[in-house]
Amino acid sequence: MMRADEQMRQAVGSVPPGYALADVRTAPAPPLVEATVAIVTSAALAHPGEPWPEGSHDFRLFDRDEDRLVMAHNSTNFDRTGFAADRNVVYPIDRLAEMARSGAIGGVAPRHASLLGSTFELATFELDTAPRLARILRGDGVDIALLTPV
Amino acid sequence: MCTRTVSALARGLEAAGIATVALVSNRPQAEAGRPPRALYCEFPLGRPLGRPGDAAWQRRVLDAAFALLSRSDGPVLADFGEAIHDAGDTPLACPLPPRRDPTEHPAIDEARGLRPAWERARARHGGTQVGRVVDAEGLPEAMRALVAVAEGAPWHEVEVAGGDFPTLLMDLRTYYEEAALGLSEHVPAARQAESWLYRETRAGDLVRAFYERVRQAEPAFPGLYYVIPASQVDEPLF
Repeated sequence: MMRADEQMRQAVGSVPPGYALADVRTAPAPPLVEATVAIVTSAALAHPGEPWPEGSHDFRLFDRDEDRLVMAHNSTNFDRTGFAADRNVVYPIDRLAEMARSGAIGGVAPRHASLLGSTFELATFELDTAPRLARILRGDGVDIALLTPV
Repeated sequence: MCTRTVSALARGLEAAGIATVALVSNRPQAEAGRPPRALYCEFPLGRPLGRPGDAAWQRRVLDAAFALLSRSDGPVLADFGEAIHDAGDTPLACPLPPRRDPTEHPAIDEARGLRPAWERARARHGGTQVGRVVDAEGLPEAMRALVAVAEGAPWHEVEVAGGDFPTLLMDLRTYYEEAALGLSEHVPAARQAESWLYRETRAGDLVRAFYERVRQAEPAFPGLYYVIPASQVDEPLF
């Protein structure tokens, strides 16, 4: 019998991006030991009581010290107990802090971002959301974004 | 679908001058979405760093991801190389509370009986994800709307907390899964608590009965996909 996650991966794996992708451009990254890192997660993190509207292309920013975030993602088709037990399995903010203390990375960004990963239309994420978010992250001194799905 | 989203975001961030590395959980979607640098982790969906409570493992994942930053020949799609699978076919084995009020609906009575376990989990893990439309105190009463539909009332004539059944159902699921954390000595493998809820509990019976009522209802029920996980029903939802 096929596992639940395998079933989901097959069910959605062939869904195309839905827009024409330009060639990939890579931005230069400073050495990791000098870099400031931000997390960008599609887990729809939120403050308690602040839901994400269906189909949102927006992003929300969270201070690195916030410790009461909830996952407001609307999908039923992934595990949620991991995050309930340890936020780092989705939002590895404590791991980044440890890496900064040990000198493995230059620093942890003052703010981190979340979005709603189930929004189907993608072009807006790449061509509108991401540039707006990038301007803010650059203003915070961010060199590297670590992206995590759920 | 999140791999599609993080792929598009990574492309946009990178084009705007922020170097990126994406953890991705669906390889075909990453191949199609072509993020600049991605690490495919065959871990349970919902656990992109693999193992809750295992800092050393999570650090290994991050080290492997950040190592891709030395590559400028994107798109780079590497594999972490070690897989973790969900255990949804093995429901968590944990005791259910005894029946306390035989006059009460069994799912509502059960939900009340699980409150001490939920409180333990909240204390142990420093908070709760319950509270989209009801808190733990209000959940049992809010479940009466599910009971009404399951017993035949038209869904669109039943008043529901927050005005939205799927959101209430997510609070119910979250409450039960957090109670499972309180009943277990360890963090369950992925989807074990989910399968315990939908296959072993009276609340699971209630959700299934609700689903059977609404899936072919007229008027059509909005958000059928959000009633119950696709893996917990026999017929494909997609």
